[in-house]
Amino acid sequence: MASLVTIERVSKKFGKLQVLDNIQLECRQGASIALIGPNGCGKTTLIKCILNMVIPDSGIILFDGRDLKGDVQYRKHIGYMPQIGRYPENMNVGQVLETIRNLRNDNSGIDEDLYHAYRMNDLLGKRMSTLSGGTRQKVSAVIAFMFDPKVLILDEPTAGLDPLAADILKEKINVERKKNKLVLITSHLLSELDEIISEVIFMQDGVVRFHKHTDALKADTGKESISKAISHILKEELV
Amino acid sequence: MKRITQFVLTDILRNRIIIGYAVLMAVLSWTVFNMEDSGNKGVLTMLNTVLLVVPLVSILFSTIYIYNSSEFIELLLSQPVKRHQIWVSLFLGLSLSFVTAFVIAVGLPLFLFAPLWQACLLLLTGCLVSVIFVAIAFLSAIFSRDKAKGIGISILLWLYFALLFDGLVLFIIFQFSDYPIEKPMVLLSATSPLDLARILNLLQIDASAMMGYTGAIFKDYFGTGAGFVLAIVVLVLWAVLPFWWSLRIFKRKDL
Repeated sequence: MASLVTIERVSKKFGKLQVLDNIQLECRQGASIALIGPNGCGKTTLIKCILNMVIPDSGIILFDGRDLKGDVQYRKHIGYMPQIGRYPENMNVGQVLETIRNLRNDNSGIDEDLYHAYRMNDLLGKRMSTLSGGTRQKVSAVIAFMFDPKVLILDEPTAGLDPLAADILKEKINVERKKNKLVLITSHLLSELDEIISEVIFMQDGVVRFHKHTDALKADTGKESISKAISHILKEELV
Repeated sequence: MKRITQFVLTDILRNRIIIGYAVLMAVLSWTVFNMEDSGNKGVLTMLNTVLLVVPLVSILFSTIYIYNSSEFIELLLSQPVKRHQIWVSLFLGLSLSFVTAFVIAVGLPLFLFAPLWQACLLLLTGCLVSVIFVAIAFLSAIFSRDKAKGIGISILLWLYFALLFDGLVLFIIFQFSDYPIEKPMVLLSATSPLDLARILNLLQIDASAMMGYTGAIFKDYFGTGAGFVLAIVVLVLWAVLPFWWSLRIFKRKDL
C-alpha cells in the first residue's frame, strides 16, 4: 500500500530544546498507528507539523506524494481531534459546527454517526464556555469525523471522555479503519489501544525509537498485549 | 475569506463594546457642536478628542480581540484555510467595524455643523487613524504570546503616539531653537501618524497662523495639493506596513 503521509528528516527546535530530531516515518493507507512515548517526547509537535500548524526547521512532509508546504487543500482530507479542543468561547455548539461546514463548503458525504451517537442535537444551543471538558472532546470528535476524511489524526482522543462515550469513539475508529483509512492516535492509555491499532511508533526525546507492526512487537517481546510489550521494553532499558 | 470576515464582523457586533463606542462618540460630537458657537471651533475640539479617543479604543479592543481569537484561529487552521486568509479577515473585520462605528457616530453632526470640506477631512482622518491603530494592534499582538504583555505594549504605543511624541517634539524644538530645524520638523512629524493627522487638519482650519514660522513651513509642505496627497499616502502606509509586517510573522508562526 502506498505511503499516504511521509515524513522525511524533519527536525524542529523550540528555543534550545530539540523537540523533533531527524524524524523519518512512513504512514501507509489502511494502517492504524499508535504514536506513543513519554510526556514531552514530541508527539503533539509531530502531529502539528503534519497539519502545518508548526513549521519544521528542516525536512519535508509529503501528503499523498506532494509536499504540503504552501498547500492547504490537503487538509480537506484530514480530520483532526486536538488534545485540548479550544473553541471560541462566545459561540454555541451549533455555530461552531455551522462555521466549519461553511468553511469546507462541501456538503457531500457528511458523516453524522457521532453527531447522533453523542446527541449533539440537544447541545446545539449551548455556549462553548459552559461545556465540560468531556463534552468539548465530543464536539472535537464530531468535527474530526464529520467530513469522512482519508486521514484521522486523534491526539489523546479518549482522555476526558466517559467510558460510554469512549466506547462509542473506539467503535467508530474501528469502522473507519475498515474503510481503508489512515488513523494516527496518540494515547497514554495503552490498554485501550489493543483493539484499535495495527502499528506502533514509539518516540523518545524527539527521536523515533521504533516503528513496528503490532504482531511483530508482540512476537519480539513474547507478550500477548501491546501494553505489556511496551512496558517490557521500557523495563529492559532500565536494567 | 469573505465568510471568515463576515463571521468576525457578526462576532464583534455581538460583543456590544463597539456599539458602546459608537454611542459614546455620537454623544461626544453632538455635545461638542452644541456647546461651541462656531463650526470651526467645534471641529478643532472634535479633532483633539478624535486623536485621543479613537486610537486608544481601536488599539486596545483590537489587541484583546486578537488574543481572544487564538482559539478560533487554531480551529480554522486545522481546516483547509490559508493562513493569510485568516489574518487578513481578522484585520478587515476589525477595521471595518471601527470605521463604520466612527462614520455613523460622528458623520451626521459633522456634516450638520462643520464646513463641508473640513467635515470630510476630519471623517477621513478618523477612519485612517482607526485602521492605523488596528494595524499597530496586530503588530503588538503577534510579538508576544502573553496577553498581558501584548496589551501592555499596546498601551505604551498609544501613550507614545498620543502624548509622549508631542513632548519629544517640543523638547527638540526648544533644544535646537537656534538652528533652522523647520524642514527636519516636517520629516519628524511624518514619524507619528497622529501628528501628521493633526497638522493636516489644522492647516485646513487656518489655525496654522498660530504656529508661527514652523506653521508657515508646514503650510508650504502640506497646504499644497501634492503635499496633501503625500501626507495621506504616508498615513495609508502607516496602516499597511505594520499589518504587512505582522502578516509575515504570522505566516511562519508556530501555533
